[in-house]
Amino acid sequence: MKHSRWLGVALIVALSIMLGPFLIIFFASFEPTSTLRFPPTGFTLFWFRKVLSMSMFQKSLVLSLRIALVASLLSLLLGIPVAYATSRYSFKGKRLIELIVTSPAIVPGMVAGLALLRFFVLMRVFSVETTLLIGHTAIVLPYAVRSVLSSLTNLPVSIEEAANSLGSHPVRTFFLIVLPNIKVGVISAFIMCFITSFNNVPISLFLSGPGVNTLPIVMMTYMEYYYNPSIAALSTLLIGLTLAIVLLAQKLLGVSKLV
Amino acid sequence: MSFLKLENLTVAYGKDAPVLKNLNLSVEKGEFVSLLGPSGCGKTTTLRTIAGFLKPLSGRVLIGGKDYTNVPTHKRNIGVVFQNYALFPHMSVFENVAFGLRMRKIPRQEIEKKVRRALEMVGLAGFEKRLPSELSGGQQQRVAIARAIVIEPDLLLMDEPLSNLDANLRMEMRSEIKQLQKNLGITTVYVTHDQSEAIALSDRVVVMNSGKIEQVATPQEIFSNPKTSFVASFIGFQVLAVGTVTSIEENFAEVLREGKIYRARITGRVQLQDKVILFARPRKMRLTRHETQNCFQVQLISVLYQGETSLLVFKLGERQFSVEQDSAVSLPVGSNVFVHVPPEDLLALKEE
Repeated sequence: MKHSRWLGVALIVALSIMLGPFLIIFFASFEPTSTLRFPPTGFTLFWFRKVLSMSMFQKSLVLSLRIALVASLLSLLLGIPVAYATSRYSFKGKRLIELIVTSPAIVPGMVAGLALLRFFVLMRVFSVETTLLIGHTAIVLPYAVRSVLSSLTNLPVSIEEAANSLGSHPVRTFFLIVLPNIKVGVISAFIMCFITSFNNVPISLFLSGPGVNTLPIVMMTYMEYYYNPSIAALSTLLIGLTLAIVLLAQKLLGVSKLV
Repeated sequence: MSFLKLENLTVAYGKDAPVLKNLNLSVEKGEFVSLLGPSGCGKTTTLRTIAGFLKPLSGRVLIGGKDYTNVPTHKRNIGVVFQNYALFPHMSVFENVAFGLRMRKIPRQEIEKKVRRALEMVGLAGFEKRLPSELSGGQQQRVAIARAIVIEPDLLLMDEPLSNLDANLRMEMRSEIKQLQKNLGITTVYVTHDQSEAIALSDRVVVMNSGKIEQVATPQEIFSNPKTSFVASFIGFQVLAVGTVTSIEENFAEVLREGKIYRARITGRVQLQDKVILFARPRKMRLTRHETQNCFQVQLISVLYQGETSLLVFKLGERQFSVEQDSAVSLPVGSNVFVHVPPEDLLALKEE
């Protein structure tokens, strides 16, 4: 019984550390006065209406969604072939790919990657949005490769060999046999990429340009000047959106674990 | 003209040393040939090269007289049955079996008819709508077999198809596979490490060891006349002792061992003065109290009761071997006796 009491305490502490900030933000977004405070002194939906009607938030939200969507699709387009090659063939540099992919933490490359991409901006090789897109694709790609790779590893090669022996061209085998069986991995890869890109701050901070800012950057900038519950309201909306995507995916796919 | 011909096949994985070295093998049309050997002997590699999953470094694969060495798998008309069944998890039993026919653009009605007939042949009529995950291992392997034969392949390749099944089912499937192959007359290459499976199923058995063929012969021939000491030990002969050949007449040799002469049958290549191993099967030896010709003095170290018969484990020098005999005869552990092996059951094979 002693043990279980301590376990219970640990559980409560862990939960409050993880959920506490979200709950505070959630309640603070209904605060009727114009300062962030907890507990709220009343109830209003004013801040929600306000942030949804502000054009700077609208514009950056659309940009963020667009970049998250395109970066996720691009990283799948690149990531699926890379994952396939890594799981089915042996070649030079395979170990390196596996290393990069299994530890995405070292990938963002705040140093090398950003310097290079910043260089793109200064040189005006690409537009700001394209540069943002390249940067986001680069950081979400490992997630895509990793998720697809783990699905492919669980699919025996002999299944493809069976299809080929029955007269299916390897490319056809990929679409008819492989893809339907790694569907869950592909969709969870997409969701992870989307959320990672959508929430990203460091890359966007370096690569945003005048008039082209992602939502998290606009939120940060806004917060520096206005310390009012509109930020809380926006955060609540974003958490809600992310949660909705994950729940929907779980419902549709029956995925219990989105790694 | 043999139907399947492997000519000087050399196969390697990546830059490693070749797994197969200059392998030659011919299979007649309608024949059931087993590739038998321990793991790593190259039997699966051979099968995978015939299927086109692997490309040989050199040599050719001929099917029906045509060179298929560089033809990709999907253009070879080959049915493959895998150890892990390799069914398409997202497709029903019907769709699994129909897959090869769909790839061949066969009209819908005909596909329906052929799939039904194939499923009937493997005893799975009525299972069309099930998913592979809803079937037992034995049923899954039946689907895999139906899927491979429905395309009427030129060659049926089976890679240890029964090793994932439990013992009883393995026996049952064994005879089903044999009947099916006989009825359809499909030329079949079957990979296994189980000697009893190879002997029960095949018209001819190919015994392989470290990338080379040791012996190709009928099951009867392999069973009674192994040509090398590797084949002998792999198919159940036991090493009794080592000696030197002192004389040879026709099929028999006289072997000198510890001052005694033994008479043994020669089934492989043996010359005078060769060092040879003496082999015998557990059932072909008899215990005696008095020393006669072809006797080994041994000590009993344990008895394994098997019901009707018992396995008596003896020690001879550093080696151990067992003799199978009627359980009614009992002998105390530790007793010293003689084991007599008739000359026709004692094989002398060159030490490798």
